Amino acid sequence: MLELIVISTLNGVLFGMLLFLMASGLTVIFSMLGVLNFAHASFYMLGAFFGFQISRWFGFWPALLVAPLLACAIGAGVERFGLRRVHKNGHVAELLFTFGLAFVIEEVVQIIWGKSPVDFRVPALLDFPAFTIFSTNYPAYKMFMLLVSIVIFVGLLIVLKKTRIGLIVQAALTHPHMVGHLGHNVGRIFMLVFGVGTALAAVAGVIAGPALVTQSNMAGLLGPILFVVVVVGGLGSLPGAFVASLLIGLVQTFAVSMNGSLSGTFGPLSPAYASTWLADIWGVTIAQIAPIVPYLLLVLVLIFRPMGLLGTRDT
Amino acid sequence: MSQIASRVAPPLPAATEKLNFYGLWLGTAIALLLLPKIFSSGGSLTTFSLIGISIIFSLSYNILLGQTGMLSFGHAVYYGLGGFLVIHSINIIGAHKLPIPLPIIPLIGGLSGLLFAALLGWVSTQRSGTAFAMISLGVAELIASSALILRTFFGGEAGVSANRTKLLKLFGWNFGPQIQIYYLVAAWTLIAVVAMYALTRTPLGRMCNAVRDNPERVQFVGYNPHVVRYLAFCFSGFFAGIAGALAAINFEIANSAYLGAEQSGTVLFATYIGGIGFFIGPIVGAIFVTFLSLGLSDLTQVWQLYFGLIFIAVVLFAPGGITGLLMMHRPLVKAGTLPKMLPSYLIALVPTLAIIAGLILSIEIIVHYTVNPGDDSHIKAFGVGFDAASPYLWTLAVILLIGGFLVARRTWIWVGHAWDDATSVAREKGIAA
Repeated sequence: MLELIVISTLNGVLFGMLLFLMASGLTVIFSMLGVLNFAHASFYMLGAFFGFQISRWFGFWPALLVAPLLACAIGAGVERFGLRRVHKNGHVAELLFTFGLAFVIEEVVQIIWGKSPVDFRVPALLDFPAFTIFSTNYPAYKMFMLLVSIVIFVGLLIVLKKTRIGLIVQAALTHPHMVGHLGHNVGRIFMLVFGVGTALAAVAGVIAGPALVTQSNMAGLLGPILFVVVVVGGLGSLPGAFVASLLIGLVQTFAVSMNGSLSGTFGPLSPAYASTWLADIWGVTIAQIAPIVPYLLLVLVLIFRPMGLLGTRDT
Repeated sequence: MSQIASRVAPPLPAATEKLNFYGLWLGTAIALLLLPKIFSSGGSLTTFSLIGISIIFSLSYNILLGQTGMLSFGHAVYYGLGGFLVIHSINIIGAHKLPIPLPIIPLIGGLSGLLFAALLGWVSTQRSGTAFAMISLGVAELIASSALILRTFFGGEAGVSANRTKLLKLFGWNFGPQIQIYYLVAAWTLIAVVAMYALTRTPLGRMCNAVRDNPERVQFVGYNPHVVRYLAFCFSGFFAGIAGALAAINFEIANSAYLGAEQSGTVLFATYIGGIGFFIGPIVGAIFVTFLSLGLSDLTQVWQLYFGLIFIAVVLFAPGGITGLLMMHRPLVKAGTLPKMLPSYLIALVPTLAIIAGLILSIEIIVHYTVNPGDDSHIKAFGVGFDAASPYLWTLAVILLIGGFLVARRTWIWVGHAWDDATSVAREKGIAA
């Protein structure tokens, strides 16, 4: 039991930090541009596939650096030549543009890399067990993932709190119009923020690629969870996104590793109901409902705290 | 008071206007009746049925997006649930020999769509805009994932099937052949379209528009925007349920794909490409997208990519959709200045087509080298055969893309100037643009 708790906590924090790498970019982009980037998870996927391709040609370490830069350039281009154009048509048009973009990116990835998972391996340097607890080997690569996400988290915190750019971004989180009035080149800041946000998502993609499955449906699987994180944490709240990322990471990891069900707790259902839909609910294990837990959480948060856990802005 | 009211209210429509209006619906009904006489093959009847279903679904979606300003990423939930309940009720009715004929079964789908919209809608419609979009996505994922858990009801991956011919016969129709299904779908499409058009003319329909444009002011007038959004959501769920029911009857099966994100995405594409600003927009979009998805899949391997690119192009360049583009020209037609626009359009068309040709050529060449690299390099796309290995073709594609782009930028500026001239002439003649 203790083993399960320790391992699940580690995995949950790791998944949560990965989620936060993406959710942070999404939140900052949403706060500044007012558009929820539907294609954010697609940039995560692009990062993973770029990482795979580059690590094949030049090795993993160059990939860790180059893939996010490539994604950053693409993201900045999307903002400059796509989003800025549709901005005058309102937020719905912007959201639809990113929706179409997500669709196209998935198709392009399927064309180039196919539909089946690609063979993206953990680099040999990190392919050993880091430590052993209760007879379970914990891979070093996962510790590396945790380390990278924590380093980026701390770096982000320093940039946001200590630098001039961070100051402007912080100001734009709460008062986007005022920042424009103060004479900052809002267009360039938007492009920068969009690029950095997509680069963060791509970093998450590169480091998650070898550990999870690198496949053309990975954006479609992760995207909705990412939006749940952002809405649960409160749209536009960076601390909220952090809390919600860890919460959902932990909840989902724990749910996956638990096997209990109603029939396990209260005994089997009486045979009279065995063939009805009640039997489905009675027999389903917690591990099986793990995929819907984030969405249940979303509905609960919306009922009891519509602005999200730490949200203040009413959009 | 009554004087003010009579001054504000629009004049009653003249007899000719009424005749035009009812004549339009009557003409549509006759056209729907005669359509299978002209195109009688099984394939075209299936296509027409699919279009009819898609029209109802897209129009129901436009109650949300176009009329109330709510962007939903999970509209297929109500479509799918309508379909599932209809399949189950066909099975139950068939097993118990209840005296219910097939033609009123879609009503069951509509009512189940309404029920679920009423249940899920209150929470989702609390806010509009981006928050609503995200909530609709979350709710859709919740339902779609639950569908795979509740296997007895949703039938798991395989879905649930039913036999539509086992129900009570009306006038000797057993709804086995596709032609009878076509007439069923056509009748329901006409009823649903009339009903949804009537809805836009009611005070509720008008309040929906007001909530879309300025919710704060609606509050000042004394309405609750949340309630208006909720009612629109319920109506939309009802008609989506009817569409889902017809789809389930048409295919005699309902599976989890009905509820999925792809279905929600398709209806969004169809509605937006058609144009959300006009009532007729989603109808045009449904017809266009159904033909496109049937036609493109024969022409090229990667039709979904083209589909996505068309959608992005519409969002970027024609936010009003196809109908928006056409309706923009109405004042010019009235003022008689449309011919002035034609030359600049024709000039701009040439480099634009060049860009499109270059894009298609490069996509097809890339597809050849990534998807089937081992095959013969003489490939065929859009009915045209060419050699993907030829370097001349590569250069041609690049020249078409870059050259077309450079020229097109100039020509579209001319189009803009010509447009300004034509509209200012129209405005001088007192025709509002």
